[in-house]
Amino acid sequence: MWLAKMAWKNIWRNRNRTIITMAAIFFAVILSVIASSLQAGIFDNLVKNVVSFYTGYMQVHKQGYWDEQILDNSFESSAETEKKILQNKNVTSVTERLESFALASSEDITKGCLVVGINPEKENEVTLLRNKLTQGSYLQDNDNAVLLSQGLAKRLQLKVNDTIVLMGQGYHGATAAGKYRIKGLVKFGSPDLNDKALFMPLATAQDFYSAYGMVTSYVLSLSNTKDLQPTESSVRLAIGAGYEVMTWEQMIPDIKQHIETDSNNMKYVQGILYMLICFGIFGTLLMMMVERKFEMGMLVAIGMKKSTLVILMLFESLLTVIAGCLSGIIISIPLVHYLNKHPIKIGGETAKAYERFGFEAIFPTSTEASNFIHQGLIVLVIGLVLSLYPMYKIIRINPVTAMKR
Amino acid sequence: MNTVIDAHNISKVYNPETIPVYAVNNVHLHLERGEFTALVGPSGSGKTTLLNMIGGLDKPDGGNIFINGNDITKLSANELIDFRLKNIGFVFQSFNLIPVLTAKENVEFIMQLQKIKQSERDERIKQLFQQIGLEDKLNERPSKLSGGQQQRVAVARALASKPQFVLADEPTANLDTKSASNLLDIMAKLNKEENITFLFSTHDQRVIDRARRVITLVDGRIVKDTAVVSTEHKEAATIR
Repeated sequence: MWLAKMAWKNIWRNRNRTIITMAAIFFAVILSVIASSLQAGIFDNLVKNVVSFYTGYMQVHKQGYWDEQILDNSFESSAETEKKILQNKNVTSVTERLESFALASSEDITKGCLVVGINPEKENEVTLLRNKLTQGSYLQDNDNAVLLSQGLAKRLQLKVNDTIVLMGQGYHGATAAGKYRIKGLVKFGSPDLNDKALFMPLATAQDFYSAYGMVTSYVLSLSNTKDLQPTESSVRLAIGAGYEVMTWEQMIPDIKQHIETDSNNMKYVQGILYMLICFGIFGTLLMMMVERKFEMGMLVAIGMKKSTLVILMLFESLLTVIAGCLSGIIISIPLVHYLNKHPIKIGGETAKAYERFGFEAIFPTSTEASNFIHQGLIVLVIGLVLSLYPMYKIIRINPVTAMKR
Repeated sequence: MNTVIDAHNISKVYNPETIPVYAVNNVHLHLERGEFTALVGPSGSGKTTLLNMIGGLDKPDGGNIFINGNDITKLSANELIDFRLKNIGFVFQSFNLIPVLTAKENVEFIMQLQKIKQSERDERIKQLFQQIGLEDKLNERPSKLSGGQQQRVAVARALASKPQFVLADEPTANLDTKSASNLLDIMAKLNKEENITFLFSTHDQRVIDRARRVITLVDGRIVKDTAVVSTEHKEAATIR
């Protein structure tokens, strides 16, 4: 205990040096917390944007559907299965889809399209489809009408309240044919989806494809979108082997790969930041060692064991680094929350490019506690590893040479 | 009388491979308990080197040093630290108190290293501060004390561990006449009343005048070893 008291007194003997060291750690923590929160926030936002396009964070299909996406691989929608899925606390809602392809025709033009039968209200909760509406009005459950993506409408030269004719192959080879009023136009950021998507109420789609009571997927909404793997395992276990449960990472591997590549690049930036932190802390440690070399020699001369002196230095380092880390974390919390509520906005052409792809042109920060804890711990470890240098010097100290003026 | 320091043929050579310089050359030194001895000689004569070797801070290149019968030249660096803590008190030229600790804490520090109980520490501190006449300065930081007062606290710190002897390297070099005289009075009193052994290295005539034995070192060799006054202390060593 007396050693800890002595360490506390020692760190304040040269107030300026201690404040410089603490300030180096303080700013290092703030910078690294903001950098990592920004990185996590940007990736979260990217995922949110991509996932809310269409796939959702998780989907349930009949086993084998993802490899062969045909109507015959659909499954019967059952309240019991939905209930089993909803037993998982992380799943907040389940919405059904019936997806297949059809030929869409206007007066003179025909084009292939992706027909998606949806529950309009639940779908809106997952993919915010209503927000993508640019003309007309949103679907109701009992509508015998469709929402057409803008690109497809343009190709077919159709507008709201026109009629579209659909033809295709229904469930188990049945012929599918029907004509529907265009109730509204929706715009997607993804050019691919914008050129081929067509939405209709689930019952209408089941009727069109003669797939009564069938769906091709359940799209799941999650409360904690980071908790993918445990949720996936638990849902899979609950509904049995006849189904495949897929996360967005499995359905859109390109995005996951992009995030991983970007994260690796970011590691170099953070590496440079940590190096700057190292120099800042190490500089003050060197100053301290030069200043106190004589005193340390004297302490060993009068009988202080080097191990005790090492513990004293460890206390001093711990107190300084912890004080710098804690104050850095305390100040970075409101800063990160502010940047989350008021994200950095991108302007100009870049913003337009982002918006064209349906992404928000903002860089928000993530407020997850793990960012603060990780960065605080990293800087703490850096500080403690660097304090091994003074300890090494103490172990090697010779009182006679140390006490030479 | 019993022997506290018994050094045989001790030598310290610098640059043994190139141009050997003998800082201490074949010195024999014998100190009995209760001696008050000054080690004198010109700068570079080897006083501090000899003191460092006797204090276990430096290893001789030849010879043996027995402190209370223990050959300290055979001890490892860690064993020497422990040996110093328990057996030797040090007083340095430039006081060297720990600046962040009060006078009391500086003295207590040594006893904390020795893991002495709080009650025993308090008692010893009270006694030591009475002996050095600084009972009213217990809670002052070194920066609030004069040079003389700081050196008296350094003496108290050196005595805190109840050592076999005290080594003082130029203890009065940075003190004015009055402070030096006070310090010497205190050390002489402690020597007389508590039979504490003191070995000084010094240039200071004031110290030499108060010593009961003066050993003169020139070029690393003892050239003169004289018992100055006492009838109790006969000449303790011979010129070698």
